[in-house]
Amino acid sequence: MYKYDQYDQTIVDTRVEEFREQVARRLAGELSEDQFKPLRLMNGLYLQLHAYMLRVAIPYGTLDGRQMRMLAHIARTYDKGYGHFTTRQNIQYNWIELKDTPDILAELATVEMHAIQTSGNCIRNISSDQFAGAAADEVTDPRPWAELLRQWSTFHPEFSYLPRKFKICVIAADEDRAAMRLHDIGIQLTTNAAGEIGAAIYVGGGMGRTPMIAPLIKDFVPIDDLLSYVEACLRVYNRYGRRDNIYKARIKILIHEIGADEYRRQVEEEWAHVKTLGLDPPRAEFDRIAAMFAPPAFDAATPDTLDRSDPDFALWVDQNVKPHKQPGYAIATISLKPVGGIPGDATAEQIELMADLAERYSFDELRVTHAQNIVLPHVRKADLHALWQALDAAGLATPNLDLISDIIACPGLDYCSLANARSIPLAQKIATRFSSIERQRDLGELKLKISGCINACGHHHAGHIGILGVDRKGTENYQLLLGGSGAEDASLGKITGPGFDEDGIVDAIERTVETYRAVRTHGERFLDTYRRVGIEPFKEAIYG
Amino acid sequence: MKIATGNDLATGDVVWWDGAGWSRHVEDAVDVGDGGAALIAREDAARRVNGAYVIDATETPHGPRPAHIKDRIRARGPTVRLDLNVAPADAAAGSWVI
Ligand code: SF4
Repeated sequence: MYKYDQYDQTIVDTRVEEFREQVARRLAGELSEDQFKPLRLMNGLYLQLHAYMLRVAIPYGTLDGRQMRMLAHIARTYDKGYGHFTTRQNIQYNWIELKDTPDILAELATVEMHAIQTSGNCIRNISSDQFAGAAADEVTDPRPWAELLRQWSTFHPEFSYLPRKFKICVIAADEDRAAMRLHDIGIQLTTNAAGEIGAAIYVGGGMGRTPMIAPLIKDFVPIDDLLSYVEACLRVYNRYGRRDNIYKARIKILIHEIGADEYRRQVEEEWAHVKTLGLDPPRAEFDRIAAMFAPPAFDAATPDTLDRSDPDFALWVDQNVKPHKQPGYAIATISLKPVGGIPGDATAEQIELMADLAERYSFDELRVTHAQNIVLPHVRKADLHALWQALDAAGLATPNLDLISDIIACPGLDYCSLANARSIPLAQKIATRFSSIERQRDLGELKLKISGCINACGHHHAGHIGILGVDRKGTENYQLLLGGSGAEDASLGKITGPGFDEDGIVDAIERTVETYRAVRTHGERFLDTYRRVGIEPFKEAIYG
Repeated sequence: MKIATGNDLATGDVVWWDGAGWSRHVEDAVDVGDGGAALIAREDAARRVNGAYVIDATETPHGPRPAHIKDRIRARGPTVRLDLNVAPADAAAGSWVI
């Protein structure tokens, strides 16, 4: 885990005090909302449907027990006893009072956390693979690079007022668990023929109104040049990205308009110049950061076997536990999707328990996933049963990872002022309709994602099944999309046809999955079948 | 009828213009007629409300009911957490919103 040095701490502490003063001036009536709004947004504070909402950054989704416990403390002390883990690997609090915000930020700063750059047209929290440092298939741990990018992008003077917000993702495995190609810049660390580490750079992906999968812009940037190359990518965007039309301001539109080849050419030209500026950090600085992500002291003698005699435990292992690179260890995902629950929500008590369990069983490490679950990355196989028992007692052992009830859902119209329709009740209805775990497992991997408006925070374009809430003459209506994927086989879902009301969409999903069951061949996932047979059989079943 | 709503500056709570001040309860909202814009300008300038706007509502025996679902959810609270609603004991809150 990265530890703040005195510069990091000073930056964050200074920002808290600056914001304390700004809040005081707003409360005293010295600042209007128009003056104050950009200041609060720079500190992650939104005004939502019911109250102020505070978005706290969790860099690349990694945190330790002390930080997790602080998140629980804030939920209990300043909010209504819970928090919402988001598809950006962050946490949001829905009921924050403006007057409390400086104190909350001061408390967060004591555990090296903040809400800086969780809003605004700047480089947002860097996202990464939730299995980083634990996955058997990674070429290196991507987090030191994500941390380097975090430091580079924090208060970057040139990139604080970009044409639009900017999201960067770093992974280091062929299996994409972080929707890398749906980011403004997706970085895949890889090796060349000589075994040297470098980065494949994808630019111009994103969801929202105009979803796009990022094209490959450069297949191999030597790792020591990564920052200068990314700087060049941003510079070209900052210069030519549109500022006249918010719907055309993202980098994906620029690349779409000028073409990937022309963009690549301009980046190369810019890079030739940027490289001479000495932006790339010396190796020693990278090594200093990387040392903080050194693997924990694994016990080489711990047995690599598992007692699966408890069937409920075995079910959870089969669904929620993944192989670890270290023999004798495993990666456990805690599902925040109990049937009928609110995807991504956790109570203060649950957050605290997860902190305790991380300290006890996972070398004090937790990860937040973009699918709104929590990962304990380094658990001894010998401890898995005890871990499962503790989770089960707290309602945190739902064995549904990547199944139809493991739904991504944005806050939707229940909380979000931009929403057209509610997302959460739909997720609850679908999960309840498919609550039988046998049925879910029979359907296999099926990623269902719901957004309450075209902004696509719920990643509906990338769902094997996606749902988009729209406003039809003042009533909620839902469009169904099929065939999307945020993984290494990234694709965008297609709309099936006319939308549905709340009950109608649940029935349409039922008909969709039954069609899949009827036409699948052995071993085919829903997505594979869809790709083989196309949308027509599904449309026929849904509307026929 | 037309009613005015916004958020409390310090707490962020949803509030409704009740003729003399800002109430937490939509039932207290009064018809602002054509005077909404002037009212909001005055109250905003005095920092007594944040982000206020005027909406359509229908008069019912139990008070005004906002025309749009978004404002009905604002009036009550999230439909998925009735325990956190403005009137948590109100068993009819869910159906009132929809
Ligand atoms: S997708 Fe729309 S409704 Fe959902 S959280 Fe994002 S902005 Fe709000």
